[in-house]
Amino acid sequence: MKLDSMYQEIILDHYRNPHGKGLRDGDAEVHHVNPTCGDEITLRVKLDGAVVADVSYESQGCSISQASASVLNDLVVGKTVGEAQQVQEAFLELMQSKGQSEGDEEILEDAVAFAGVSKYPARVKCALLGWMAWKDATAKALAGHPEISD
Amino acid sequence: MTHSHLTGLLDTDAIRKDFPVLSRVLHDGKPLVYLDNAATSQKPRQVLDALNAYYEQHNSNVHRGVHVLAEEATALYEGARDKVAAFINAPSRNEVIFTKNASESLNLVANMLGWADEPYRVDADSEIVITEMEHHSNIVPWQLLAQRTGAKLKWFGLTDEGRLDLSNIDELITEKTKIVSVTLVSNLLGTVNPVETIVRKAQSVGALVAIDASQAAPHAVLDVQALEADFVAFTGHKMLAPTGIGVLWGRQELLEDLPPFLGGGEMIETVTMGSSTYAPAPHKFEAGTPPIAQAVGLGAAIDYLSAIGMDKVAAHEHAITAYAIERLAEVPDLRIIGPRTAVDRGAAISFTLGDIHPHDVGQVLDEQGIAVRVGHHCARPVCLRYGIPATTRASFYLYSTPGEVDALIDGLHHVRNFFG
Repeated sequence: MKLDSMYQEIILDHYRNPHGKGLRDGDAEVHHVNPTCGDEITLRVKLDGAVVADVSYESQGCSISQASASVLNDLVVGKTVGEAQQVQEAFLELMQSKGQSEGDEEILEDAVAFAGVSKYPARVKCALLGWMAWKDATAKALAGHPEISD
Repeated sequence: MTHSHLTGLLDTDAIRKDFPVLSRVLHDGKPLVYLDNAATSQKPRQVLDALNAYYEQHNSNVHRGVHVLAEEATALYEGARDKVAAFINAPSRNEVIFTKNASESLNLVANMLGWADEPYRVDADSEIVITEMEHHSNIVPWQLLAQRTGAKLKWFGLTDEGRLDLSNIDELITEKTKIVSVTLVSNLLGTVNPVETIVRKAQSVGALVAIDASQAAPHAVLDVQALEADFVAFTGHKMLAPTGIGVLWGRQELLEDLPPFLGGGEMIETVTMGSSTYAPAPHKFEAGTPPIAQAVGLGAAIDYLSAIGMDKVAAHEHAITAYAIERLAEVPDLRIIGPRTAVDRGAAISFTLGDIHPHDVGQVLDEQGIAVRVGHHCARPVCLRYGIPATTRASFYLYSTPGEVDALIDGLHHVRNFFG
């Protein structure tokens, strides 16, 4: 069934038990919305030198946007900003693949489960909501720490 | 499920044969169950044929041409205006302005009032009154007008039951009120509003009244004289017509007094390099080549609806809506956002399903061939009012069947199992 390619068990697990949810201390905060469906996320990035020390968030939205934020937290916390940006770019590329890419599991780990979502144009924005917020917040955090460069 | 207790239903077997798209089969053999009619309706063969015939036999620009095609196109375009005038019981065909949609119609009213002379002019001393249940198209034009003129924007709130709260009507509509703009039927809640109460109050203070009839015109008898409002806006594509054609009805003396908004061809009387004089209404408000084929399509849609009878369309939808409300009550954790009875209610039903997000509800329903709309339905203030991010909305029309309601209910049980 086609639907199962979108709602992978791993996505539903993250949706039911999101990782890292809740707002904690951060260097920068952003609020992003998906105007078509009303999904919202407030996300904070905490840097420790060049390392992503924490990504915390409060969000409301569909299973795809919620699970995506949870996977984001898993994947980028603990990495350097440069490594994390590579993961973000790989995820963006996967979501823009219109179902033609399976994703690089070495880089994307659990996030390859979202490959099926890329077949549904209306849902790609859901999957990207948290990631775009993270990209934005990280840029803001870096602006406050010009000594960190990737 | 037996449906023999339902009365007032139309012969949907016959009607559905007129709508080619309704016989589509989706994902693995699931018949299309189209429950997104508040967003746009499907089009019958008769409307599609009228569009084709127009382009194949009569296509020309309207007015002024002296050749056969120009005369035919003009007669078809102006004939569509006559059909609209009859459909809404307008006293004069000259009160029917063609626009591209209801949003343009409402923006036209807001702009006319911003540029008008006294006594209609909206300025810094004026107040504009709307409601919390408006579609964004009846909110944003008034916000823009208020920002540009310094006028104050006020609005009616909503009761917990999804009705307009009229308890403070005397504070809202005052001597300062220039315009009250209110929807006849809510696109999200389905509520049919008691606009006559609002019209009477507005008249008592000398304010104009605009009515957004986008969710009303397709579904019931619309009589602009009985409404006693000053402007009525609606769109064609929700009532079997193509996209790109809308209507603004306005009282003749107002249309004569109010200034044009868009300038261009067709709307003038004489033009010199220094200044212009304007054609009488409705042409004063129809600058440029209009949506001709789309107007012809709207005329064909009105013929189709009128042949069935709008009272019969309303009775059918009432029966389907009552049945849907009854059956939705069987689904655990389902909360209807809006009136929970079919009284004074249109055929759009919004609901939430536990904490399952509407996006997910809509996606799993789609897999079963069921088309619903999810999100805030361009009425975000309503979602904020009821403390929800979004809803799932099922909306019915003259071709909707009780069997489709049953399919929705089965689909919703499946959604709950899927995310349970």
